[in-house]
Amino acid sequence: MNWLLEFFGKAENWSGSGGIPMRLLEHLEFSVMALALAVVIAIPLGLLIGHTGKGGLGVVVTANLARALPTLGLLVLFVLLLGTASILPVIIPLVLLAIPPILVNTFEGIRGVDPELRDAAYGMGLRGGQVLGRVLVPVALPLILLGLRLSAIQVVATTTIAAYTGLGGLGRFVIDGFSTQDYASVVGGSVLIVLFALVVQVLFTVVRWVTVSPGVSQRVKTR
Amino acid sequence: MASGALVATLLSPVSDGPPTLWEWLGRNWDTGRVDSIKNLLVDHLIMSLVPIFAALVVALPLGLASVRWRWLYQPTAGVFNVIYALPSLPVFMLLIQFSGLSKTTVIVPLTFYGCAVLIPSVVDGLGSVPDHVRQSAVAMGFTPLRRLLQVELPIAVPVVLAGMRVVAVSSISLVSVGALIGQGGLGMLFTRAYQNPFVPPALVGIVLIVLLALVADGLLVLAQRLLTPWVRARRAT
Repeated sequence: MNWLLEFFGKAENWSGSGGIPMRLLEHLEFSVMALALAVVIAIPLGLLIGHTGKGGLGVVVTANLARALPTLGLLVLFVLLLGTASILPVIIPLVLLAIPPILVNTFEGIRGVDPELRDAAYGMGLRGGQVLGRVLVPVALPLILLGLRLSAIQVVATTTIAAYTGLGGLGRFVIDGFSTQDYASVVGGSVLIVLFALVVQVLFTVVRWVTVSPGVSQRVKTR
Repeated sequence: MASGALVATLLSPVSDGPPTLWEWLGRNWDTGRVDSIKNLLVDHLIMSLVPIFAALVVALPLGLASVRWRWLYQPTAGVFNVIYALPSLPVFMLLIQFSGLSKTTVIVPLTFYGCAVLIPSVVDGLGSVPDHVRQSAVAMGFTPLRRLLQVELPIAVPVVLAGMRVVAVSSISLVSVGALIGQGGLGMLFTRAYQNPFVPPALVGIVLIVLLALVADGLLVLAQRLLTPWVRARRAT
């Protein structure tokens, strides 16, 4: 508790490039950037593979392998190979690790839609793209959002670890504090990151509540 | 012959300049020091296997309770969902005050993450028991405990083991984050690679961790085959 008071009470922690607001913004910026890139790659790919049914095995194998990849190792490897001239060597592994949860859940979501529902949509005269956009995606939305949430959690955690390789963000308080034995900074930074992660979690719950159709989430009895 | 030449360079015992991957691996595998790759591998196994099994031991009773008393499930799953969202590094850092720079500091959070995955698996697994099977067991005079042990749990095995596979693979790769507090098993190779700066330790670490994860995954698939022989028998007919 004393550490928390010390950390949050220090005036210099609230201003400048190393202050809490700046670090928070950096953390948000890197996380959003990585997640956005992952979304741009993984969602169209997942929709395509789920809709056409081709390459499903590849997705599952990739996802399992990706879960086994140690984030810290990947970060260190990319930084050693590509240098630290830009933040690219850190962003690449962040994106790589963010892709699999979105890809797999989008794929599984589209695959898992009741075939009768899909056939009914075709029977009503919808074309392939319309079936995907108006029927498959809304029904698969809970799973797609689950993938996004898992991915966001992963990105927030990995951005924290990326501070070790010189990236900014809230992880700096924790990692710099640990190496200089400034435990107020370690504990304060840790609490900030935990709160950040919880806010992300709540945000996704709200998004899910707002975007998923009441019929799909069974908030409304359909029969 | 390019590949032959490459293999020769990789395997060549003596060369000038920095050591190749294999030389480095050979030289550091068993140095007798605490940080030899062999010892790091053992540390890594301890820190990943303990949470995997501890998570099962915790998740089974919690899952069973959630099935028996339905109202328990939502809050239990909710709490573990929140825990699962907490990034590992700050959790390690906050735990240091209680358990110091020890393996426990890594093992405890990994166990909680594991539970977050396994509790839903146990609940879904028991939910996958067909109602007519349960009723047959009741009609045959099975007591509730025997029904659970001999009918319901065996049928739940595939779903629970699917959860175990996720837990095993992610625990094995997550242990390496512990390197940032000096308890990372093979993850220590990553901090070593970054500090020196030298690529081979990072590569060796990544490859060994992925291999460990694949072996654990394979063993769990094997376990599922042995524990549920009826699945294959049904496919064969």
